[in-house]
Amino acid sequence: MLDYFIPRASSFSGDMDGLFNLIVYGVGFWFVLTLSVLVYFMIRFRHSVSPKAAYITGEKHSESKWVHWPHYAIIVFDVVLIAGAIMVWVQVKQTLPPKDDIIRAVGQQWSWSFVHSGPDGKLDTEDDVLTVNDLHVEVGKVYHFELQSRDVLHNFSIPAFRLKQDMIPGRTITGWFEPTQEGTFDLQCAEMCGHGHGIMGAAITVHSPESYQATMEAIQNGTYESEYLKRLKEGSTPINAKRPQVSQNEASPYTEKLLSSF
Amino acid sequence: MSQATTMTEAHAHDVHHEESFWTKYIFSVDHKVIGLQYMFLGLFMALVGGYFAYSFRMQLAFPGQEVPLYGLVSPAEYNMLVTNHGTIMIFWVAMPVLIAAFGNYMIPLMIGCDDMVFPRLNRLSIQVFFVSIVVLFISFFVEGGGFGGAWTSYPPLSSVAEYSLTNWGSSLWLLAVALEIVAFLIGGINFLTTTMNSRAPGMRMTDVPIAVWTINIAVIMFMASVGPLVAGAVMLFMDQRLGTTFFLPSAGGDPVLWQHLFWFFGHPEVYVVLFPAMGIVADIITTFSRKKLFGYRAILYTIIATGALSFVVWAHHQFVAGIDPRMANIFAVTTLLISVPIAEMLFCYIATLYGGSIRYELPMKWAMAFLISFLVGGVTGIPLGASGMDIFFHDTYFVIAHFHYTFFPIAILAMFAAIYYWYPKMFGRHMNKLLGEIHFWGTFLTFNGLFLPLFLVGMAGQHRRIYNYQHFPDLASADLQGIRIFATTSLVLLLLFQIPFIWNFFASMVTGEKAEANPWKANSLEWVAPSPPPHGNFKELPTVYRGPYEYSVPGNREDYWPQHMPDRN
Repeated sequence: MLDYFIPRASSFSGDMDGLFNLIVYGVGFWFVLTLSVLVYFMIRFRHSVSPKAAYITGEKHSESKWVHWPHYAIIVFDVVLIAGAIMVWVQVKQTLPPKDDIIRAVGQQWSWSFVHSGPDGKLDTEDDVLTVNDLHVEVGKVYHFELQSRDVLHNFSIPAFRLKQDMIPGRTITGWFEPTQEGTFDLQCAEMCGHGHGIMGAAITVHSPESYQATMEAIQNGTYESEYLKRLKEGSTPINAKRPQVSQNEASPYTEKLLSSF
Repeated sequence: MSQATTMTEAHAHDVHHEESFWTKYIFSVDHKVIGLQYMFLGLFMALVGGYFAYSFRMQLAFPGQEVPLYGLVSPAEYNMLVTNHGTIMIFWVAMPVLIAAFGNYMIPLMIGCDDMVFPRLNRLSIQVFFVSIVVLFISFFVEGGGFGGAWTSYPPLSSVAEYSLTNWGSSLWLLAVALEIVAFLIGGINFLTTTMNSRAPGMRMTDVPIAVWTINIAVIMFMASVGPLVAGAVMLFMDQRLGTTFFLPSAGGDPVLWQHLFWFFGHPEVYVVLFPAMGIVADIITTFSRKKLFGYRAILYTIIATGALSFVVWAHHQFVAGIDPRMANIFAVTTLLISVPIAEMLFCYIATLYGGSIRYELPMKWAMAFLISFLVGGVTGIPLGASGMDIFFHDTYFVIAHFHYTFFPIAILAMFAAIYYWYPKMFGRHMNKLLGEIHFWGTFLTFNGLFLPLFLVGMAGQHRRIYNYQHFPDLASADLQGIRIFATTSLVLLLLFQIPFIWNFFASMVTGEKAEANPWKANSLEWVAPSPPPHGNFKELPTVYRGPYEYSVPGNREDYWPQHMPDRN
């Protein structure tokens, strides 16, 4: 049901939404059951209907089974949940499928630098393409990413990919994703990183192979217009293009100052 | 205040010499006065924390516009407001009111003794606590403003002034938290020693009300978990002020170390405040359903099991923080297992209602609101503890909604349950019922109106601690903004509904209907003492013959059987 709120744009986002559904239905069953019993008792045993209370200690087995049995059932349910959670976790965080391409994201107070590997598919070579606050990837390719930070903790978060990973100064953290849906999505810093944390956004654009090629060339020719700034100005939203936008004219007076600081 | 009106009664039993206002109310060593001091300071800080929440929620609902009673909220101020809202609500509201105020006031009364065993230590505790508040307030007004690096204060942001841009704000904030912890350690030693040594004759450990048990277990957990945090705080303070580099990677330190030290304390801390709330609610639901507590021992064991498990779940706050991903599997298992004892505990509470004769007086309404809301808080924790799902939900508003559905019932709903329950004991008068009803329904409904929508924005991927979502086009849509405005409106109403309470609280001290010693016909010993209890508490110290939950015992004329009564009632 998460796809009602946010698109599924990576290969593992479907599995994660499935896990969410499992949790919602499983936990929801227990929640509704427990709440119903609680509310039923609250109404059934009110003073006007039940003027005299019973004396029940809850220490005898015949009584305590009523709380023990449900909790055994919860253990069984927990095992199912843990299995599901670990399966998704292992897929996203503990495996590294062979890569088609590699990118690097570097966070700093308060912007993003991205390094695209260029035609040779290797970082730190002549043909690398560098961008600020604007990441470009190709649909259907497996990407490895390297996360670095120049100062404090940041977090590389792409909600549409169901992906989130802290970036720690002094370390390079590796992971992967595979975009499956074309479009431009928010890329956020999701770890408090100081005064400008609220503007540390970026855009990730998932291209078709042709459009990716064209964009890379445009960047190198200097004719490229930043997707991130375009989105900020126009306020486009890929979730549902028909949704009206909050007027950008109401932006805080501090925003201009912060944006101009880098 | 109220004591003034009842001084004649108090003096009749006062074996001590006449005291001036200053020694009686400010530098008192009486556990009841210290308890009330904690309560008033805690309630005052709740207003401050609420004002902070109001200011930043208004900025979220109406970004860039002047907030009435605050002004423009700059990004730095926004960070400062959210950081200190969290810090205040946990360290200066939940802990002082639930543990220190009710613990101080009620433990000696509930176990039937005349005072804490270390009254002067107790006075030192409240004095240190007061100083911690002063330090916190100073931190808001130093150059650069208050600390804004989130209540978790992850380094290097919190340790390097060039990153946080709040040079003295960070240090004073840290100092204030450390002082508050010192105050609680001093108070906690007192609670434990008093419960161990000063119980009334005949009172076994299994005759102690659950509320006293839970406060003591909370204190033990606090003591066991706070050591690493204090060590970490000293290291962080040295990083800030002396130029050490414990958490600075460029000089060989490790920022993730702080996260372990912090959350090793931070997660048990959740249960440190939960347990006293559960204990208070246990006492209230037995009193008002006229039922014996279902499975006293089972509840006790589940509390201890939950407490023990809570020490091995801390890294679920760090799933995506750069820990070894294999570790996450272990912590996901322990985290989800904690649902088992907690669920059993809740089932025992629900089973207590079975066969009861429930009177919905105000304290009972608050207690039921606590159970229902906490159930929501409990089940919504499961997607967060499931490691795979947390990759998406980490640091989103889903987390915020979840922990407010646990913390709000704990710190606010249970606190009000306790205040309405023990008010007649504390001040010798009843609170106004109509104002109480308005306050209850107003608070309970607007609380849900405030936090249910936050689950939705969290599911849309809205991340925390952002002063203005217009910089994230996916999150700037008008319907998400509509949800934010709805939540903020609920918050404003929630705060307005506290006005009847504040009026009721103070006015009833003077004009409230006089309360007898045992207005709710409850069993535990605090109701044996006169209302309000004089210095020295009891006319004669009681002897205990049975547990505190012997309600509706067959063969008795009355449906309650006080602990100190030798014969059938």
